[in-house]
Amino acid sequence: MKGSRRSFLKSSAALGTVAGASAIGGFPQLLIKDANAQSQPWVKKGGTIKVGVLFSLTGSLAVVETDSNQVVQFAIDKINKAGGIMGMKVEPVIIDAKSDIKVYSEKISQLILKDRVIATFGGYTSASRRAMAPIVMSRDHLLYYPTCYEGRECTQNIVNTGPLANQHSQDLIPFMVKNFGKKVYFVGSNYIWPKESNKNAKVWLEKAGGELLGEEYVELGGSDFTSIFNKIRQTKPDFIFSTVVGDSDIALHKQFKQEGFKVDKMPIAALTTGEIEIRAMGAEFGAGHFLSAPYFEALDTPTNKKFVDEYLSSKYGKGGVTHYNMEETYLSVYAFKAAFEKAAAKAGSVEAVTPRMLRDVTPGIRIEDDVSPEGLVWFDETCHLYMKPKIGQCGGDGQFKIVQAAKEHIAPDPFVIYPERGVCKFDGLHTKDGKILKSVL
Amino acid sequence: MSVNHFWTAFAFEPFMNALLIGLSMASIWLIAALGLAIVYGTMGVINMAHGEFVMLGAYTTYLLQSAFGLPFLLCVPCAFLIVAAIGAIIEKLLIRHLYKRPLDTLLATWGLSLVLVQGVRLMVGPEPKNVASPAFLNASMQFWVFELSWFRVFIFGVTIAAFVVTWWLLQKTRVGLMVRAVTQNKEIAAAHGIDAGRVYTLTFAYGAGLAGLAGAMFGAIKNVFPDMGAGYIVEAFLVVVVGGVGSLAGSLVSALGLGEIYSVFAYFTNGTFAKFWLFLLVVIFLRFRPQGLFSEALARR
Repeated sequence: MKGSRRSFLKSSAALGTVAGASAIGGFPQLLIKDANAQSQPWVKKGGTIKVGVLFSLTGSLAVVETDSNQVVQFAIDKINKAGGIMGMKVEPVIIDAKSDIKVYSEKISQLILKDRVIATFGGYTSASRRAMAPIVMSRDHLLYYPTCYEGRECTQNIVNTGPLANQHSQDLIPFMVKNFGKKVYFVGSNYIWPKESNKNAKVWLEKAGGELLGEEYVELGGSDFTSIFNKIRQTKPDFIFSTVVGDSDIALHKQFKQEGFKVDKMPIAALTTGEIEIRAMGAEFGAGHFLSAPYFEALDTPTNKKFVDEYLSSKYGKGGVTHYNMEETYLSVYAFKAAFEKAAAKAGSVEAVTPRMLRDVTPGIRIEDDVSPEGLVWFDETCHLYMKPKIGQCGGDGQFKIVQAAKEHIAPDPFVIYPERGVCKFDGLHTKDGKILKSVL
Repeated sequence: MSVNHFWTAFAFEPFMNALLIGLSMASIWLIAALGLAIVYGTMGVINMAHGEFVMLGAYTTYLLQSAFGLPFLLCVPCAFLIVAAIGAIIEKLLIRHLYKRPLDTLLATWGLSLVLVQGVRLMVGPEPKNVASPAFLNASMQFWVFELSWFRVFIFGVTIAAFVVTWWLLQKTRVGLMVRAVTQNKEIAAAHGIDAGRVYTLTFAYGAGLAGLAGAMFGAIKNVFPDMGAGYIVEAFLVVVVGGVGSLAGSLVSALGLGEIYSVFAYFTNGTFAKFWLFLLVVIFLRFRPQGLFSEALARR
């Protein structure tokens, strides 16, 4: 009884103090205090800069996303070793998304609300991006989405460092038509990115005077292409345009050869078959085929040579290759660094930097030749990159020879085949009737 | 450009090829399903980890090739033996203790499949691996209107051989007689001096070995990665369920039927749509014949 009486006295004393304080300062002070708690800085002076790293380390997506996770850590290590960002260390909060769409949306909430990261690097499939986007948008937070995607989105909370569908095939289709012939057969995985990419490719195909003989999709993870090859044998295209992803892609190339097709007569022009896929299928199955990508391991620039050497000799480089998806992810970390420095300079202090501010200063940021392995790139007002897609032909050693590089940087255009929807700009999608739509997914 | 891409018109040569592809599909699905059928038929264990045994077979081939430089054709029987050994160990450690709880074996083998997938991912790595195969298999053959890859002919041959050997083992050997006895009635068979436990271990190991054999070949024609087993398990179950539990002939006929139906539908429409029709037809079939094609009256379990 004694104890409880004492605690009663204590708490009433505390109450008295609070009451006294608010009596002096008046009611508004409480409100301000509360508001301060809400807007406590994302980054504290002298602390670390926390960023989320949300990729799948287990499950079927781990094949690709493990590399994304590794290369983000590699870039962060590198930045920290060189003194961090404005003297502050970057601290990655690494979470496994387990190849599960629900986990992506759950964990990005956790990263924003509990870990209070200032930005998140994450995602590979469009499905995972779509799972994270609504949460990122409703919290006005920031996602770095580091790979190619189909476009048709206009958000104010995502920064993209991979090529859009319009950049990917713009050069590849005319190149193939010119060198191999007009007739093409489309093969893709059955989900949104290949279908949208093929819609884009059809536009370029029409411009190049090509002819589409057929369009087939195989389910994700599907690995039997004999039925499709039977039709290809029947229709006799001059080349195959492939948007088959992941393990299916490996089966496609293997069976191409096993079914007796000749790569010099009818090569596969792909948007996906990079160094890592070639390694998994064996170079004999990849040799002679084509890939369009902004980055190849074999790119002959000092920056890329240094990147490849450093990465492969680091503890993250056990995979033994670098590839376009990895490089695009690497760029996203440097895009973050540049945005943070720009935002802090603009705001006057690191504590005033918010996730949204990082996005708003991103347009115009350049990642120069000495940092970017693929060469100079810069962000347009929609936070997509101006880049130079290149066409590589796989050689017998599994490395690509660049046979054509875009002379000019190609502008990203997420709505290029949907002009009736409007034009994506800095502040949203400008529709034809003069409205500005925010956060268009 | 406005071609109607959904329907493909009938043409003799490609249609004949589609029929041949159906046969090849059937052989792939059958070799994937054979081990499952035997284990299910004999022991009543629905082995959810069967796909992972396929995966282990592929990884065995990969490891034998990359570590010891074994030629592919030698890796195939080795994969059978090694995965069979793994199967025997798993039977002794895990399955054995659950014979009286058939539903629990379902859960336990499912758990086992998760452990195997993640174990391989942690130990060997998540990235797909490359299994090299001899050059003469990576070419195609032509005769009359047909064009088919040698690799598919090879799989077809191995499947037929595995099927015949399995049939011979079950019908013509003493061990097979014991297996059949235990299948019919475990207690009575045991009362006649058959070591039912040993028969179960052998059966499970043999089933796992067949999966390993399948995996060794699939690795070379498709690809090798930790989750690859999931890609075969659905078709394998379809073949077993449609064929009828415990009937080897049923599995053979159902694999042929399903393979041809798929291939013909895939020819006239497309692969995705063909899968849809295949599953729909199987559902309708099982509505009217839940015991499958060949099952000798409903088993008592």
